[in-house]
Amino acid sequence: MQWEIVIGLEVHTQLSTQSKIFSGGSTAFGAVPNTQACAVDLALPGVLPVLNRGAVERAIKLGLAVGGKINSPSVFARKNYFYPDLPKGYQISQYELPVIDGGSVKIQVGHDGTECEKTIRLTRAHLEEDAGKSLHDDFHGMTGIDLNRAGTPLLEIVSEPDMRSSAEAVAYAKTLHSLVRWIGICDGNMQEGSFRCDANVSVRPFGSDKLGTRCEIKNLNSFRFLEKAINYEARRQIEIIEDGGTIQQQTRLYDSERDETRAMRSKEDAQDYRYFPDPDLLPLEISLQWVAKIKAAMPELPMHRRYRFMAADAAGLAALLQEHSSVAFEAGLDVPVGRDFYQLSAYDAAMLTADKDTADYFEQVMEVIGGKNAKLCANWVMGEVTSRLNRDDKDITASPVSAGQLAGLLLHINNGTISGKIAKEVFDAMWLGEYGGDAETIIKTKGLKQISDEGQIEKLVDEILSANPQQVADYRNGKEKAFNSLIGQVMKVSKGKANPAQVNEILKKKLME
Amino acid sequence: MFNFSLKQLSGLLSAKKISSIELTGEFLKRLKTLNPGYNAFITINEETSLVQARAADAMIAAGQAHPLTGIPVAQKDIFCTKGWRTTCGSKMLSNFISPYDADVVERFNTVGAVNIGKTNMDEFAMGSSNETSFYGPVKNPWDITAVPGGSSGGSACAVAARMTPAATGTDTGGSIRQPAALCGISGIKPTYGLVSRYGMIAFASSLDQGGPMAKSAEDLALMLNVMAGFDVRDSTSLQREPEDYTRDLEKPLAGLRIGLPKEYFVKEINDDVARAVEAAIAEYRKLGATTVEVSLPATKLSVPVYYVLAPAEASSNLSRFDGVRYGYRAPDYIDLSDMYRKTRAQGFGAEVKRRILIGTYVLSHGYYDAYYIQAQKLRRLIAQDFIEAFKQCDIIMGPTSPTVAFDLGEKSSDPVQMYLSDAYTIAVNLAGLPGMSIPVGFGNKNRPVGLHLIGNYFAEAQMLNVAHQYQEATDWHVRMPVQLQT
Repeated sequence: MQWEIVIGLEVHTQLSTQSKIFSGGSTAFGAVPNTQACAVDLALPGVLPVLNRGAVERAIKLGLAVGGKINSPSVFARKNYFYPDLPKGYQISQYELPVIDGGSVKIQVGHDGTECEKTIRLTRAHLEEDAGKSLHDDFHGMTGIDLNRAGTPLLEIVSEPDMRSSAEAVAYAKTLHSLVRWIGICDGNMQEGSFRCDANVSVRPFGSDKLGTRCEIKNLNSFRFLEKAINYEARRQIEIIEDGGTIQQQTRLYDSERDETRAMRSKEDAQDYRYFPDPDLLPLEISLQWVAKIKAAMPELPMHRRYRFMAADAAGLAALLQEHSSVAFEAGLDVPVGRDFYQLSAYDAAMLTADKDTADYFEQVMEVIGGKNAKLCANWVMGEVTSRLNRDDKDITASPVSAGQLAGLLLHINNGTISGKIAKEVFDAMWLGEYGGDAETIIKTKGLKQISDEGQIEKLVDEILSANPQQVADYRNGKEKAFNSLIGQVMKVSKGKANPAQVNEILKKKLME
Repeated sequence: MFNFSLKQLSGLLSAKKISSIELTGEFLKRLKTLNPGYNAFITINEETSLVQARAADAMIAAGQAHPLTGIPVAQKDIFCTKGWRTTCGSKMLSNFISPYDADVVERFNTVGAVNIGKTNMDEFAMGSSNETSFYGPVKNPWDITAVPGGSSGGSACAVAARMTPAATGTDTGGSIRQPAALCGISGIKPTYGLVSRYGMIAFASSLDQGGPMAKSAEDLALMLNVMAGFDVRDSTSLQREPEDYTRDLEKPLAGLRIGLPKEYFVKEINDDVARAVEAAIAEYRKLGATTVEVSLPATKLSVPVYYVLAPAEASSNLSRFDGVRYGYRAPDYIDLSDMYRKTRAQGFGAEVKRRILIGTYVLSHGYYDAYYIQAQKLRRLIAQDFIEAFKQCDIIMGPTSPTVAFDLGEKSSDPVQMYLSDAYTIAVNLAGLPGMSIPVGFGNKNRPVGLHLIGNYFAEAQMLNVAHQYQEATDWHVRMPVQLQT
């Protein structure tokens, strides 16, 4: 039988506020245990929560970016359970009335010619506080509690079960990851737990419209683990069903070392959290004015920017937005849109707008080089720059070659001072910081300027022709290969500096003579 | 001097006829003599009190005195007080030294009042007789075989026995007004949100409200001037212009319309209480007030509604007492759940456990809609009744408690009987309205009777005026138990 995998994700994004969601405690990561937990975070007798405006603002930003409904009022509720790292004995979360309802995210699926767009619907997004950490090592049979993380603001973003493969789940998670960083509400640091996924996975016979029994896999903190955990879990469920068994609704944990999921608890021992509205917090009212103010300060959204990179002009952009009916377009989100257009391919545009910093870098380079030859610039940013950043494990904001410096190099390519090949040599030197990373200086000092002087190139060609009579004869006898060899030799004696197009032309001319 | 009003004491201090050190010393001396017999205080800290008194004297000398500078005030042991043990009447917090001050405590510190000690109370404010305190029951100064009422029984007793000029209390279902009535003193529970709950250990967050307890309405007004005010640390605190609650004290009462709910004057009310209350109302008529019958039909639902909502909130509020970070932890346990079980089984008393169980039950899956949601709907009806009634009258009056103080042990084995003793006061908390009790005479066994005043939202100044005018015309509020007249 053919099986279809059905996946929904719950993503916990840690909001990038300086202080906690209900207290003034600091949210900085990595401090000495319990040094960033104030009286409220410790749940001392008598303390009360006060909602952090910045956390709400970030939730509103997400709501705007995904075209969701921003609820006013929304209600904070207590989720009651006992655990040592949960100081109050309840977590303040949102239950019946979340801050955001609905919305959607568009992802790119398929590859090698089958690429297409798919819409993943969001169920809701709600604000809540994080718990502390229980530390079980190093305490000789006891448990250590670190409450630094207690009260850190989280926005839990819940999707509909709209994904049909681990690849789609990863694409969705990556798109969301990029989006939350793009709009500046989460630093996206997965190692530090700023972006954590729970995956709800079920399987069903292909063509069925009934959902199978699902299992929830908790706390997947990398895209690779997300993919592997889903693959394992789907396989496990299919095997059980094919062997005549049934799936038990469970919460499971992924063990990355053994690449398997393990049962944590089943539905039967699911706790009754006794949710009820928190009487310490008033219903959260969000005024239209506040939303409008946040909207006005929103950055251009990734979707907008991608289509702008593809478009030739404003009319082209409008057509693209309409065609793809982006969420932002539907929501009529009148965020500021950049003015420049680059006519890039869909692929290039998607790559360059995968994150905001890369898109910013690209546009900074384009601005310096006067908006010409966007394709060349795109190739450099996605090629040389990105591959070296990956190799050195660096972020583009920390690139050793700044946008201005790369622009300096591209200017020399555009005006023919250097060839593409030489440019790579220059770029290597720039990456190492030679001569202050200045392309001009490197080209001058190293004498890498392209030879475009016709006389000079003719001289070089003549030298090679007279030194290789056999190859000249071969070419004239119809051996095309000999031509390439002659070009290679001219380039070699010029130390790669001869303008390849000119060499080609002059050589052809001479051989015709 | 022990019977002096706050205004008189303040006058003596500012005229430098007495220093705060002397005044505090005198009250401490009396307190130490009397307290063993009444058990009104859980903690006293003489040295700290005297340090505060010295600082107050410096403030007075520097000409920076406030009306309460240098005056001893007792704090109910529900208010977190920096450096002081703050127990909330429970074994659970028997070792808890608060690292911070409640907003209320901070406000008294700012004006230079002297904290004379922490008063006894029902455990986590759950009780109407002060018998649920881990630190033993408080005795009623009018009759030591009677309860003082609760949960602010220690504060009521301390004021009635003149161990302190004034005290703080908190009121979730009557915990200021009922002990004030039973001990023959005055107490006011302000409109919900007027006094910050920050640092006031939560029982039922949507009902809890701090307020003053003192000998007279005038003293209450001076106390409320300190206690009320917006606090950014409490999201339910109301942002309003500060008020002077003494401003209307001297207004004549001519034309005042008093609403008398027909549901209040029924067979549940004891004759002795009814007589005293009716006499008080007759006195008001003499002062120029008129009376009108009003109806509060939903009031009869108050007790059941309250005993769904308050335990629901309490069951969650008290989850933090788990033995992990502070407070009591059972000495022996085998694992985490055993630690929780034993800590909470040993750290909480029977009444607290009863309410945690009720609250957990009503919030449970499958019962939430039937109990909690239903109770919330009724709560709105109860409030609506009052809004309607206040269209016909300026203030509502009735008995604070259906009986005078009952005997120690009389109701402690019958929780439902105990709960019913708060029938009149609970509706006021559910509606979020201000309520007040003032002494208006004596009933059976010469035990005090309290008159219950219910005002409209933010009508505290008016209520204090109404009470003050009565106290100008009568002397019930200055009477004190014979054996305590020194």
